[in-house]
Amino acid sequence: MLYTRNSLHSPFAIRDKFFDLDFTLLFSILLLGIISVFAQYSSSGGQFDYHSKSHAIRFLVFFLFFLAVSFINIRFWNDYSLLIFILLIFLLVAVKFFGVQSQGSRRWINLLVFNLQPSELMKVGIILFLSNYYHKISSSDVNKFKYLFYLLIALFVPFILVLTQPDLGTAILILMSGIVITWLAGVRWKIFAYFSILFMVSAPVAISFLKPYQKSRILTFLNPDSDPLGAGYQIIQSKIAIGSGGLFGKGFLNGSQAYLNFLPEKHTDFIFTLYSEEFGFIGSALMIILYSLITFRITCIGNITRSIFGKLYCYGFATAFFIYVAVNMSMVLGLLPIVGAPLPILSYGGSSMLAMMFGLGIVMSCNVYKNNPIS
Amino acid sequence: MLSFNSSNIISKTKTIGRRMFLLNSFKAVVLLGILGRLAALQINEGSKYRSLADKNRFRETKISPPRGIIEDYFGNELASNNKIYQLHIVLDSTPNIDMLFFRLKNIINISDKKISYLKKQILKKKSWDTTIVSDNLTWAEFSRVNLFLHELSGLQPTVSIARHYIDDSSSHAIGYVSEISVNDLRIKKYLKNLNIEGVAIGKTGLESSLDEQMLGSPGYLRYEVNAYGKKVRQVATNNGLKGKTFRTTLDQSIQKLSTEALKNVSGAICVMDIYNGDIISMVSSPNFNPNSFVHGVSQKEWKEINENRDKPLLNKALSGLYPPGSTIKTLTAISALENDIVSPKLLVKCEGYIDLHGERFHCWKKEGHGVVGMRTALKKSCDVYFYEVSRRLGIDRLSTTAKKFGLGKKVLQNYSEEKEGVVPNTKWKKRELGKNWYIGETLHSGIGQGYFLTTPLQLSLMTAQIANGGFKIKPRILVDQNENVGNLQKYFNHKNSTPGNVMSTEDQIYNFNLQPLFRNQENINLVKDAMFAATNEIGGTSYKSRFKEKKFMFAGKTGSSQIKRFTAEQREAETKQQDIAYLERDHAWFVAFAPVEDPRYAISVLVEHGGSGSSAAAPIAKKIIKKVLERHEIRIAQINQQSGKNI
Repeated sequence: MLYTRNSLHSPFAIRDKFFDLDFTLLFSILLLGIISVFAQYSSSGGQFDYHSKSHAIRFLVFFLFFLAVSFINIRFWNDYSLLIFILLIFLLVAVKFFGVQSQGSRRWINLLVFNLQPSELMKVGIILFLSNYYHKISSSDVNKFKYLFYLLIALFVPFILVLTQPDLGTAILILMSGIVITWLAGVRWKIFAYFSILFMVSAPVAISFLKPYQKSRILTFLNPDSDPLGAGYQIIQSKIAIGSGGLFGKGFLNGSQAYLNFLPEKHTDFIFTLYSEEFGFIGSALMIILYSLITFRITCIGNITRSIFGKLYCYGFATAFFIYVAVNMSMVLGLLPIVGAPLPILSYGGSSMLAMMFGLGIVMSCNVYKNNPIS
Repeated sequence: MLSFNSSNIISKTKTIGRRMFLLNSFKAVVLLGILGRLAALQINEGSKYRSLADKNRFRETKISPPRGIIEDYFGNELASNNKIYQLHIVLDSTPNIDMLFFRLKNIINISDKKISYLKKQILKKKSWDTTIVSDNLTWAEFSRVNLFLHELSGLQPTVSIARHYIDDSSSHAIGYVSEISVNDLRIKKYLKNLNIEGVAIGKTGLESSLDEQMLGSPGYLRYEVNAYGKKVRQVATNNGLKGKTFRTTLDQSIQKLSTEALKNVSGAICVMDIYNGDIISMVSSPNFNPNSFVHGVSQKEWKEINENRDKPLLNKALSGLYPPGSTIKTLTAISALENDIVSPKLLVKCEGYIDLHGERFHCWKKEGHGVVGMRTALKKSCDVYFYEVSRRLGIDRLSTTAKKFGLGKKVLQNYSEEKEGVVPNTKWKKRELGKNWYIGETLHSGIGQGYFLTTPLQLSLMTAQIANGGFKIKPRILVDQNENVGNLQKYFNHKNSTPGNVMSTEDQIYNFNLQPLFRNQENINLVKDAMFAATNEIGGTSYKSRFKEKKFMFAGKTGSSQIKRFTAEQREAETKQQDIAYLERDHAWFVAFAPVEDPRYAISVLVEHGGSGSSAAAPIAKKIIKKVLERHEIRIAQINQQSGKNI
């Protein structure tokens, strides 16, 4: 039995393990969850309707799920990461055939009780898989052609599957998460340079394959005032909302932009806009600090974890988590084109919340089992 | 190996640590960038964006989409939409609300009470929300307002559309629409995104069950406003999606006639196609004017409706529960024959009553019918004969047959207000009342009194399933565009096109996938023949209402359901129904099918407190049957056109 020591079979295990939890991280997540419920409540026009209620319930359920994942030995996640990855690929393929279509894209799979968006889970799945991949191969093999070839397959299969749903935002985030791990694992600078050049050369060709609405979003990003009532509408309205919040904000439930329904998707991608309008610069800065604190704690857990798998996973997830936050905020602030990337935990969306809580759970598991070597 | 492994780990850890440091530095830069942007937007340019937000350049008003139409079988609109003239107020664009109302009072008829109510409403809402001041102006009022519009700043005359019902004849079948109530918002999830001022939703009938599909999806009107909230220009419109149109199986002209026929009485009429279960007519009387609910019913009218003894809002055709009376004797007979309890040749002597365990059970005819067989007993509706049959049959077998023929459960799925009724048996009584069944109750049940409760719709279904030779049909009121011609229809088409070719019952069932409700079809035919006799032979209960022309001849069974048992004195004095208090008089029933040769339609008529079925209900049925048969050709043409589309 590999798992006898520190295993859950001992009746005292959970109580002992409980004090191994990182409470700074735990309470930061809890605080973020509570803020998110208030933000959703406000986005529903100040009432507990379907959206805000189900968001609150989801957070509660997934927080318990997060705790459950924390107490599962980190070896388990290492051993089963390939299986999880394959299962997610399988789900993404299933979406192609049995997926639920909504607003022109096929992203969800109907699991009777709820609709699951496997691409969200893939954000964590790819980090988990690549951490395990580089944990197994020795540092001298990292730059060998054979291993680079496998890596490319692992990166591009989910990327293409998600891109063609079509869901450009999530596809890019998955690819970026994967690249972060690859980079941490020590793949040579040169290789990154080659691919960057290849990307730049092929970009004009790739753009011609984009859907018209995706093209217009990029053009709009470059000059939002060119079409203020069409594609530029979202960015302009989002900037007006955030800007009008000022230093102290308009106060909880008083965001006029949001109430006037100028903000599309205020439950999901534009939740930070709504929050920022109501709580101003101070509230927004505090929110950014809270997200930074979470990222920082995850990195710290990575520092103290002994296994390569744990380190790669924690560093990778910390960076990916940061990227999700940064991309979403840059988007609503008009620094990046609108691509559809939710803000972790704060945005409405079950699959995104599930993926984040699952990812954080594994981080916590790294902390609880930090002294367990992984062969 | 171990040393290699550990050196490998050390080198990996070093690389990872070094590269993570670079990543972290990168993160710090990005973080500063985002914070900087935030500061620039919120602190540096905060006042600029604040004024932009305050000016609120764009406004949106939602447009309610036209509600789906409900048509009859021939495409006549039973529920359609009308243009209406409304006045809206938006607080933001109104400089002085008191002045506005003061002026408006001189132009249109609006009470002070309404004004103070509206003011409260307006102040409760967000300043940019629309409030409807008056939702159904006449054209004269509307044009007068438009004439004085220059001094009514803030008022927006709007042309909108609202539900309109052409006549009252289908008010129960169709239902009505009215304003959304708090309760509706809680129960009906689909209303969540329909935040439109003044939209009316279905409350009863088809309007309620088809509400979600008929609402359509709302459009919007986006326009730019200036700093004072005045509309500058329209920038985008979206008309939304019109609700779905539904076609019913009803025939408007028969609906009108049925309503007319029940004009001075309280009751219900159902007419059904016995091949495919299409409901051709379903009316309840007295009815109400559904148009008066669209814009909110006035207090006076509501009081009138509510306090009416005859409950105009109740759809008696499917929510009214009445004992079936003697109409159930058809099923008692079928049940007894099917279970081989009695032979059709059984003779019973009716002396006007029988005694059982010390209780006396009376026939409606005091002097008795003499010796009667089954055909005569049905024809003359002899109670004593059926007391004897049901005594032998037992309640449980009768209840099985009754359920098989459609009693005791909902006939349609489209009405939440539909009632199931009661088909009693020993288990039911034990469960519901906690008591054992008495044999005396079997006797009462056998002639349709006692615990039995049915709706007129259920009895029309029962009659239809007897008339078509005992095959199960699925009644419907909505025409499903994708549905094919029913199996029964195909079977009868085949039978009529190849006369003389007699098919065995097994073949009928096998070839046309029919669902027989009988063991031996002869038993059904026997009851049909007895119903023929009851209408068309001297001495039959509905002989007076018969048609002499062969084309219109029908076969029917009368019934009356007791409200209150006669006392011995009343029986002795031969009290007439007209002499007792209205609310204690019997309900009158008549069920029939027509034409007698090759039947096609079944009808049930109920007249509340009408006395006897033969005098109150049968003459009404006669009128309807004639009209239905006259319109048969037109309907068949429509059915063929319909089925032609589906091939």
